[in-house]
Amino acid sequence: MIPELGNFALILAFCLSIILAVIPMAGAARGNALWISLARPLTAGVFVFLSISLLILGYSFVTDDFSVQFVANHSNTMLPIYYKITAVWGGHEGSFLFWTWMLGGWMLAVSIFSKAMPDEFVARVLSIMGMLSVGYILFMLATSNPFDRVLPLSPADGADLNAALQDFAFIIHPPSLYMGYVGFSVVFAFAIAALISGRLDAAWARWCRPWANAAWAILTMGLALGSWWAYYELGWGGWWAWDPVENPPMITWLLGAAMIHSLAATEKRGVFKSWTVLLAIMAFASSLLGTFITRSGLLTSVHAFATDPTRGVYILGFLALIIGGSLVLYAIRAPSLKSEFGFGSFSREVFLLANNMILVVASAAILLGTLYPMVYQALTGGELISVGPPYFNAIFIPLMAILAVFMAIGPISRWKKTSTEHLRSQLTKVALAAVALGIVIPVLLTLAIPFGTIATTVLSFWILFAMFKDIRSKIANKPTVAAGLRSLPVSYWGMTLAHFGFVMTMAGACLSSIYSIERSVLLQAGQSADLGRYNFRFEGTRPVQGPNFIADEATIVVSRSGEFYKNLYPQKRLYTSSGTPTSHMGIDGRFLRDLFTTLGDQRENGGWSMTVYVKPFVRWIWIGTIFIAFGGILAASDKRYRQFKVKQAEKMAKVSAASQSAAPASLNAGMDAGGSGA
Amino acid sequence: MKGITQFFSLGIVCVLVFLASSVSSTFAQVDVYDFETVEQEQRFRQLSNEFRCPMCQNANLSSSPGGVAADLRREIYRMIIEGQTDTQIEEFMLSRYGDFVLYRPRLTAQTLLLWFGPFLFLLAGAWIGWNVIRNSANKKPSTGQASGSGAVANSTHAVADVVISAEERNRLNRLLAENDLHTNANDNTGR
Repeated sequence: MIPELGNFALILAFCLSIILAVIPMAGAARGNALWISLARPLTAGVFVFLSISLLILGYSFVTDDFSVQFVANHSNTMLPIYYKITAVWGGHEGSFLFWTWMLGGWMLAVSIFSKAMPDEFVARVLSIMGMLSVGYILFMLATSNPFDRVLPLSPADGADLNAALQDFAFIIHPPSLYMGYVGFSVVFAFAIAALISGRLDAAWARWCRPWANAAWAILTMGLALGSWWAYYELGWGGWWAWDPVENPPMITWLLGAAMIHSLAATEKRGVFKSWTVLLAIMAFASSLLGTFITRSGLLTSVHAFATDPTRGVYILGFLALIIGGSLVLYAIRAPSLKSEFGFGSFSREVFLLANNMILVVASAAILLGTLYPMVYQALTGGELISVGPPYFNAIFIPLMAILAVFMAIGPISRWKKTSTEHLRSQLTKVALAAVALGIVIPVLLTLAIPFGTIATTVLSFWILFAMFKDIRSKIANKPTVAAGLRSLPVSYWGMTLAHFGFVMTMAGACLSSIYSIERSVLLQAGQSADLGRYNFRFEGTRPVQGPNFIADEATIVVSRSGEFYKNLYPQKRLYTSSGTPTSHMGIDGRFLRDLFTTLGDQRENGGWSMTVYVKPFVRWIWIGTIFIAFGGILAASDKRYRQFKVKQAEKMAKVSAASQSAAPASLNAGMDAGGSGA
Repeated sequence: MKGITQFFSLGIVCVLVFLASSVSSTFAQVDVYDFETVEQEQRFRQLSNEFRCPMCQNANLSSSPGGVAADLRREIYRMIIEGQTDTQIEEFMLSRYGDFVLYRPRLTAQTLLLWFGPFLFLLAGAWIGWNVIRNSANKKPSTGQASGSGAVANSTHAVADVVISAEERNRLNRLLAENDLHTNANDNTGR
């Protein structure tokens, strides 16, 4: 009975979404204030019923209701309670419900934090998100209902949650990834609403920016958590595999990065308007494509969900409809979005353009590599090909290096026109110092000429020194350094932190790839293996009983330069209900290096095979992403946006009677001309 | 439409093949081989990272738990010890399993687009960027004030008044007169 209520709530959310998709949109088109005013309550309704639905699915998991097919497939009476709850997103159907609920959450957030925007614009945005919600819920009801029952013969116990997903990171990785992913539909809805209303001005960009920054920052966290999870859970010592399921979020992330930079130019200077809108559409399209790839089974991967052709066809149809529709709308409207401002050939606009080109080329290349196996099949009539890390690294790394070169110049250059003297005076010393230190330090430390390391350090110093120089010249006129630093806007700090995080992630990724060492050995209890300046002594194994697994736990005594350092305890686990063996690493994480041990299996002679790794700087990859995400959030929280909202709200109140109906497009064009100067 | 159907049916066939043979597990594989030199060991790691396990879902030989992958790692080890070159090993893998096992696709007529596509994208991007910059340079900056306001926009506080050109002033006045919504318009221009 309870699961049927969940299903019923889902159907109610579906009905409300249909109304939301139609009525406020029609109201905005016809200037009907009543219809427009329905947008917010309807949004709240959709969110409430989606929440009920999700809670009931969670309840079914907690109460071990194995008559629900999805619960039976993804849970087990032995599963710890917190994994029972997270198992809600441990499979296709539940994760899609969770995804849709996230959409509802973002819709609710838009309806709450949009008091400053004209009601008619908010109505359009919410309507468009309502359309997405209709599509998602229909998908669940038609092809993958999480409340489907196995009756009357329901299983006595469930099949268990995939063992790889029984991990702390799994509790937070999917929510943050989905939240970021779905957040791009907010920006998409803003873009489409702007195209429909013809209102694409600095004010629009200003409304849009916090949402874009927030979604992108959360996606950054989601990706980083996924990478961290892969690193310490999958046991191959890597942290990014260019897997077809990892690539679409990466594409979305790159397009999102391009978009937030382009939005800055649109807000500050009124340029790149149609390009920003196109990026918003493409970023959202890539998020849908990611859904399609994960859930259609078209591409196989370690973490692809269940594979069912009807689902693939549905999502492909949905994708075609949404993206095709958006692009048609774009084609009709874009010619009217010509920016009216010029900029010189050395200006911040130009460097942002370069940034955008590189990011978009990188995402296009990743898309090409991800989809090429299918293109190849079609070209050759069914032959298979693999495109993997060697290809992606060969393309991606040089592009990021070029990006890093521009990353130093962009923030120092000025809007509209930067004199070459200004750039030269700001950057000559920076460049000399970066090259000199970037070469000398690695050479002295390694007593060799390591080209990869030198490239990494030179680029890192280049960005960092330029950043420092920029801060210094910005606060030069202030009485004290502290006062100067305080006077810098929050959004500037956001950018600086994010760029700093980029440097850290880049350096971590490059240096850990270059300097990681590993060794696979077969050890009897008491034997040891050397790696670098570390010695790993195997003390034997002991059986360990977990809540739903049994394990052999090895004790490995690590000593550094002959002195005891610490013990590591890698495990080989066997999940009893599914019979899946997994590795649980023994890791010692430090700021400058990780020690990483994996336990293999026991051989005939009683010895155990194991791999030990020393991975310098690997932690920087994730620490850097924390800076990136934090920078994004900081930029989104700049009080500039809120101040404007308050002011705007007061003024809106004054003129609300007059401007209740849609603002004529010609007026918007007029605002555009004047408004972009601000 | 036929293309899409074909595209799909191929994909589905491919999925079924994989599902039939896939082992989904995160159990780390540890082989222990003795190498004569460090260089051999590095080549072994490099090679088993660059070949795809032919019977698994997307995983390379070194991280794949399947028995086939273990056999192939042993085979690679044997060939390295026998002194075969990377090219010879690659040819062996290729002759036995086809292009599918190579994570670094060979450059052939069918993969030209794959390998040179990114360069084409970059060229296209540079060309578009160049045109945007050139057009923008021709379009004469409409206001002398804009650079000033841009600089101000770097700080938190936006300018209160905006100087606009005579042409824009005329246009604005015309629009304002048309719509008679002075307050609203001023809000948006004068921020």
